[in-house]
Amino acid sequence: MTAVTDPSILTPVLSASWGDKMPWRLATYRQHEGYAGLRKALAKHPDEVIQTVKDSGLRGRGGAGFPTGMKWGFIPQGDGNPHYLVVNADESEPGTCKDIPLMYANPHVLIEGVVIAAYAIRSNHAFIYVRGEVVSVLRRLQEAAKEAYEAGYLGKDILGSGFDLELTVHAGAGAYICGEETALLDSLEGRRGQPRLRPPFPAVAGLYASPTCVNNVESIASVPAIMNKGVEWFRSMGSEKSPGFTLYSLSGHVKRPGQYEAPLGVTLRELLDLAGGVREGHRLKFWTPGGSSTPMFTDEHLDVPLDYEGVGAAGSMLGTKALQIFDDTVCVVRAVLRWTEFYAHESCGKCTPCREGTYWLVQILERLEAGEGTEEDLETLLDVADNINGKSFCALGDGAASPIFSSLKYFRDEYVAHLAHRGCPFDPAASTVWASNLTGAQA
Amino acid sequence: MSTDLGMPRLPAPGYPADVRARLEADAREVIGRYPQSRSALLPLLHLVQAEEGYVSPNGIEFCAEMLGLTTADVTGVATFYTMYRRENGGDFHVGVCTNTLCAVMGGDEIFATLKEHLGVGNKGTTPDGSVTLEHIECNAACDYAPVVMVNWEFFDNVTPASAKDLVDELRAGKQVSPTRGAPLCTFRETARILAGFPDPRRDAVDAGGAGGAASLVGLRIANGQDPDAPAASDAPKKGA
Repeated sequence: MTAVTDPSILTPVLSASWGDKMPWRLATYRQHEGYAGLRKALAKHPDEVIQTVKDSGLRGRGGAGFPTGMKWGFIPQGDGNPHYLVVNADESEPGTCKDIPLMYANPHVLIEGVVIAAYAIRSNHAFIYVRGEVVSVLRRLQEAAKEAYEAGYLGKDILGSGFDLELTVHAGAGAYICGEETALLDSLEGRRGQPRLRPPFPAVAGLYASPTCVNNVESIASVPAIMNKGVEWFRSMGSEKSPGFTLYSLSGHVKRPGQYEAPLGVTLRELLDLAGGVREGHRLKFWTPGGSSTPMFTDEHLDVPLDYEGVGAAGSMLGTKALQIFDDTVCVVRAVLRWTEFYAHESCGKCTPCREGTYWLVQILERLEAGEGTEEDLETLLDVADNINGKSFCALGDGAASPIFSSLKYFRDEYVAHLAHRGCPFDPAASTVWASNLTGAQA
Repeated sequence: MSTDLGMPRLPAPGYPADVRARLEADAREVIGRYPQSRSALLPLLHLVQAEEGYVSPNGIEFCAEMLGLTTADVTGVATFYTMYRRENGGDFHVGVCTNTLCAVMGGDEIFATLKEHLGVGNKGTTPDGSVTLEHIECNAACDYAPVVMVNWEFFDNVTPASAKDLVDELRAGKQVSPTRGAPLCTFRETARILAGFPDPRRDAVDAGGAGGAASLVGLRIANGQDPDAPAASDAPKKGA
């Protein structure tokens, strides 16, 4: 299959150095103008740095798409309290796999972004909360922080600016919920990771009840290039409301899964074309635009612009740009059951609708998949999902409802087929990598 | 019939004096990294897990004493997070991702194969104490599905056959390297890195390349290079 999509639509910025020898080392990062953005930022007043990020239009890459500069601007100044910057590196949303390879290949771009962000919000202590289940990444973050301290990018009087910053790399201990920013803060305070009621928002009362900014890894890592190359350059990519570049992560039944850095607004059709298409002999059945918590799409949505507005208008969310591709061998009921088991396992238990609702969703889906359900179960599923959606402290419950609503919207017939067939009409063996030749798989 | 909830039986016997002194010094270093001491609780739980292989009653009492918390507080936190073991397990934690995408791509078959091959169930440990098997949730490597984690290091694009070979090598005591990351160390040594004490092996940080073919695919296409060429970290690994 020859790609008709021009490869030049790709815009490697964050991933530009990943093919180099040891891109995780400071020396390599410097060859790519590493820490040049920091020098420019430190020459400005912190308010100017915030304004630059506001003008760039950078939006949060962790899922919600909230404008990063505006978030920084919410931190009250002159309040006499310590301020904290916390990087959310707890990447755990099913399908999401962008921050982990980014920190593994180039931890310094994150650390440079941390120093710039902390300077802007006037924080003297920053934290990178990285999920514990990725020791290779933790190792590189620890080493990069050490290199940055030794080079004077962290610590006292950074580059002679008079600005001081301590950075603590903190490993989590296994809990999806800690990717939710207020649960993350409770966890960072040494507690069970359970979300907090808002308001007050973290910008007012976050870590240790002090003003705190929580940003995703990719958001912070995008800041050094904006500082170094400017707002116009950043805005030359993407759209008016969703400017810039971002990492799209293709996984599943695609010939070349992996990281594709492109301007916001690219389509799945274009990305799939560059990725060699869906595996041979099969067609695209369903996909997630941004992880399992974003309502699924089908082959009708190949031309939806993958930016915040485009995906929203088509009834889903851009989320983390985790494009999980499932071909026609995959049973949608099985997929949804497995995601639902995940949400039930990861529900922190604080809010009743989520704790109880996810449990009952699993019970119903299990019997539906086994062909032991009834038509009435389909209504009960929707009813339970509706009783979770929007009725808990955090978005985990909403995420659990998404696959239920969207799969019933597009694939109700397949649920019904399980009833008629008295079981699952699909063969799970046909979906595996070894059922056909997918590049990347070696026996 | 008694119900065992797996809660620690306290009071604990306590660490030997030399161990206690060493752990106290480590704990003080960890606590010093945070503006408020309680923030050190997760790293301290990793630290005590590094000492005994699990969060033991000793470990819970130690954390409580170091941070001025009750043992109930510490137990409440330790039992919330899945990475803390409540009982001792194998030197190698083998986690098979069975979240939707990996499961569909073959993770379910790999997990079933390993259960049968090792003769253990979920969270079971082999009689020789080498391997604890568990199915895990998404570990942020979906572009390398199906994925297996051993002591939280990445084994990418695994098959049932390669998974069996992997656990056989672990059980035979061979040095095994992940697809991305440093040669494996034991579960306890891994826990110490998680507590915030860098890997003492000098080459560990630089081992394992920048990423496999999937990490580099977009960059290579953009640069007009062959996207299907093996990446540095895709080179075949051999047991020592």
